[in-house]
Amino acid sequence: MIDLAIKLGLAFTVFFGVLNLAGLHTWIERKQSAIIQDRIGANRASIGGFRLLGLFHPLADAVKMFMKEDIIPARADRVLHTLAPFFSVFFALAAFAAIPFGDRLILGDRVIELQVAKLDVALLYIFAMLSLGVYGVILAGFASRNNYAILGGLRATAQMISYEIALGIAIIGVILVYQTLDLQELVRAQGQLLGGWIPMWGIIVQPVAFFIFVTAALAETKRIPFDLPEGESEIIGYFVEYSGMKFGMFFLTDFLETIMVACLATTLFFGGWQIPYLLPDGFHFPWGATFAVSHFTYVGLGVASFSAKVLFFCWLFMQLRWTLPRFRYDQLMNLGWLGLFPVAVANVVLTATVLFLLGGRA
Amino acid sequence: MAVKVVHRRELTFWEKLYVPQILTGLKITSKHFFRNLFLHIVHRIGLLRHLRASATFQYPEEPRPLAWRFRSRHRLTVRDEGTPRCVGCMLCETVCPAKCITIVAGEHPDPNVEKYPVRFDIDLGICVYCGYCVEVCPEDAIRMDTGILDVAAYSRQEMQLDIHELMNPKLRKPVGECSLKFPHECRLRAGQMKGDWEAVYGKAT
Repeated sequence: MIDLAIKLGLAFTVFFGVLNLAGLHTWIERKQSAIIQDRIGANRASIGGFRLLGLFHPLADAVKMFMKEDIIPARADRVLHTLAPFFSVFFALAAFAAIPFGDRLILGDRVIELQVAKLDVALLYIFAMLSLGVYGVILAGFASRNNYAILGGLRATAQMISYEIALGIAIIGVILVYQTLDLQELVRAQGQLLGGWIPMWGIIVQPVAFFIFVTAALAETKRIPFDLPEGESEIIGYFVEYSGMKFGMFFLTDFLETIMVACLATTLFFGGWQIPYLLPDGFHFPWGATFAVSHFTYVGLGVASFSAKVLFFCWLFMQLRWTLPRFRYDQLMNLGWLGLFPVAVANVVLTATVLFLLGGRA
Repeated sequence: MAVKVVHRRELTFWEKLYVPQILTGLKITSKHFFRNLFLHIVHRIGLLRHLRASATFQYPEEPRPLAWRFRSRHRLTVRDEGTPRCVGCMLCETVCPAKCITIVAGEHPDPNVEKYPVRFDIDLGICVYCGYCVEVCPEDAIRMDTGILDVAAYSRQEMQLDIHELMNPKLRKPVGECSLKFPHECRLRAGQMKGDWEAVYGKAT
């Protein structure tokens, strides 16, 4: 009973954090783009005269989305048309179950791993969920009975499948180095020190994989510079025929996937909840100094570290989104198949060879 | 016809690598981001106000600066005793290409002035803001320097300015009480004549 309560609590924490951050992303997107472009950004929504830097705009948006008429085209497949956005959001949200956001918390005689579902194959699970996300997109395109939507859905599918391969192969390098698919173990393995003072984070041991991962993962999120499936203003995407909150759900999926990718980048390449030189009993600096911290402080610092890294990546992806123009479709395919894919394979071969020479582990 | 040959430069290897170019782009956007973010925060505590963090004007609260020659809503210039400088010569009504000015002249008690407008209307719904009326006026009686440019109304009637609003640019529709003392066709009194010269100059001696 208490176990169940703990699981529900963890799930609530993750959902609460992730959904709020996703809602906040609409605000971050507006404000960050505004600041980059020497503007001010949305700041007019107010409650009782308080504007709070435009923080009420996401609320106003949500209200607007729910109040709008929900239109299903006359010849569309009513069931699939309704189901598609739910698929999108569901798979994007379900993937978060396997993300470890902190070290194990010890309460009395209970050990709580700060991870909603402790899976041995967490990484595979997340990639399965990300891949299934494409169903929402293709269904939306197909069920709308709109040629533009179908073409958008096809573009999305081709793009996501192409980039998933590069993504998966880039990850193999990381798995080879840490020899686990369990994300919690993978994060723990990143706590080791290389040569006594460099934290053994993924970015240090697998820099090439990191670049491939970020590029391919950005393509997975279907946002600029890889927003060919949507292309709101020019090339009309798979959700043309959606209105109201169903459209909002596709939009939410984009943000959820951005956060997902930020979480993955943090977990795989930036040490997850690790803080350099922080062990469960306190800081052990390489020059010999130590600084003891209590257990709760340690776990709290871990969660804070994880959140900070995720927020940094959200910022970085947003910055990229407002820096780069959109790819042309052939450029996109070329980059995926002729650029990222061979480099990812070469990275795996190189990693395996080096590991073999270092100690025959691979 | 002259032909201009455009030479397209081949991308160098460094540029084809793409990643360095992305980083260059990120550097530019980040420079803007952090500079503006810093300025926004510093403005909150009232420092470095002279450096603008954004090109935005928060329009209704913060009007944009106007050029000195900008042609905005008209006004009639006023003599010291509160009568219009206009002598009712009809030049502006004649020159107006949009025919938006309506003047009815009356006799002024001062023989040097001779005439004055009993009625002076400008229909802003028709006006093209060409400024000819200002150019042509021999008395400097009409100007377009009020800086008012957000003229908006719910009906065509409300777009018509009469002498009250033209002599006092601060008045906005609906105009309340009539404060003009000289005789004029007062729209506030349904177009009836109102006022007399004794209120302006005192009893004639």
